[in-house]
Amino acid sequence: MARSHKPIVWGLFAAGGTLSAFVLPVLILLTCFAVPLGLAPADLLAYERVLGLLGHPAAKLAVFGVLFLVIWHAAHRMRITAHDVGIRADTLVAALCYGIAAIATVAMLIVLPGL
Amino acid sequence: MSDRTVELEILRYDPEKDEMPRFETYTVPYRDDWVVLDAINYVKAELDRTLSYRWSCHMAVCGSCGMVVNGEPVLACHAFLRDYPARIRIEPLANFPVERDLVVVIDDFIDKLGSVKPYVVAKEEKSVDEGEYIQTPGELARFKQYTACINCLLCYSACPQYALNESFVGPAALALAHRYNMDSRDVGRSAREDVVASNPGIWECSFVGACSEVCPKSVDPAAAIQQTKIASTADYFLNFLTPWKKT
Amino acid sequence: MSRRPYKREVSKGGWWLTQPRYIRYMAREFSCALIGAYVLVLVTGLWRLSEGPAQYEAWLARVESPAGRLFAVVAMLFALYHTYTWFQVTPKAMPLAVNGKKVPGAVIVLGHWAGLAVASVLVWLLVVN
Repeated sequence: MARSHKPIVWGLFAAGGTLSAFVLPVLILLTCFAVPLGLAPADLLAYERVLGLLGHPAAKLAVFGVLFLVIWHAAHRMRITAHDVGIRADTLVAALCYGIAAIATVAMLIVLPGL
Repeated sequence: MSDRTVELEILRYDPEKDEMPRFETYTVPYRDDWVVLDAINYVKAELDRTLSYRWSCHMAVCGSCGMVVNGEPVLACHAFLRDYPARIRIEPLANFPVERDLVVVIDDFIDKLGSVKPYVVAKEEKSVDEGEYIQTPGELARFKQYTACINCLLCYSACPQYALNESFVGPAALALAHRYNMDSRDVGRSAREDVVASNPGIWECSFVGACSEVCPKSVDPAAAIQQTKIASTADYFLNFLTPWKKT
Repeated sequence: MSRRPYKREVSKGGWWLTQPRYIRYMAREFSCALIGAYVLVLVTGLWRLSEGPAQYEAWLARVESPAGRLFAVVAMLFALYHTYTWFQVTPKAMPLAVNGKKVPGAVIVLGHWAGLAVASVLVWLLVVN
């Protein structure tokens, strides 16, 4: 039997899953709940402020790294889940899941350097 | 014999008479220290001699009496009647074809087990005169839990991925492959990878973890498979980065 | 005597409803839908940011709308469930031995929760200050 190429997508899945486990809760907290709960200043997500935060190349790299790995984690797991619920068109499902992740990746590559 | 009784709904299938399996109910008087296997033996001895099932040791060592009791794969010798309600449904192991009654066809597993070379592949064969292959307790500890497998196939019965795709090599065979890969005396890992790291190998597993939950010997096949995934992924990228090395 | 093994069919789409452990598994796997959708929302935000303040404010207003908040609550719950399940299985995937002695799984899991606390505080301080 031929050795599988799944390590590529599984490697992204595992790395993204680990990163998501550690940082996604605080990211959701910051982007959705910190201001309404009064935990952070009201201008936390203001246009100028967010632009300022993303001004540093290290911040851009960090944001790209996290969102890239987490979206590929989600895409791969979604492909498996589709199979689990009885959808057998794996090639189509894989193209769709990885395609969305790829679009998000390219969108960040286009937009982040200019911010 | 106490006056307590249990109703056993046992799956029956006679390939010469039955179009498909059916359930038959037996009322069995039992004692507090009886296991499900004792009740099945009672049915065979006293109520219906045509009932077919496998068993041997009655002490969770031989791995023959795996069956599904109230939806859960168990060893019938390892499941006390007192822990169940008064009506118990007994079926053969799931995910294998039913040969007759509680007996399933396990040829598929036997083939897969052989395919992962579940034995020590030594670097060089030694004659008995030259002595044993030495191993430290620390080296033994790395794989000892995986040696406890008794091939009872409860893990295959619990595994939804095996149910959905029977080409999946499956929990016990992959755990045994890992057991020999982790053995300091063994050099067969690369040969095993052709099966283990193929699509129907470890990559068909989605870490449901049911195999480890039902394992009567705490082998933890799910852990073995995840560790193999990590090692195989490392191999894959290492091969990619060093294409001049052939493995 | 003739052999005629009987193959019992498994429901290809409904198998996971048959046992609580399978339902827990599917809840874990389904977390990816919420996590993925949340990342897409953030990527959209980055895109809107590049289009100027008006576009960005419109995006932020949708995030802060009742529907947006509800989505965030559900996403948070699934993200936390993902974190819990991921840490829970880490000792299986990556067992640890110190001086030849196996480190108990609970210690590894607790270490990961401590790591989560440290990472969260760090991210918080970087973003808020």
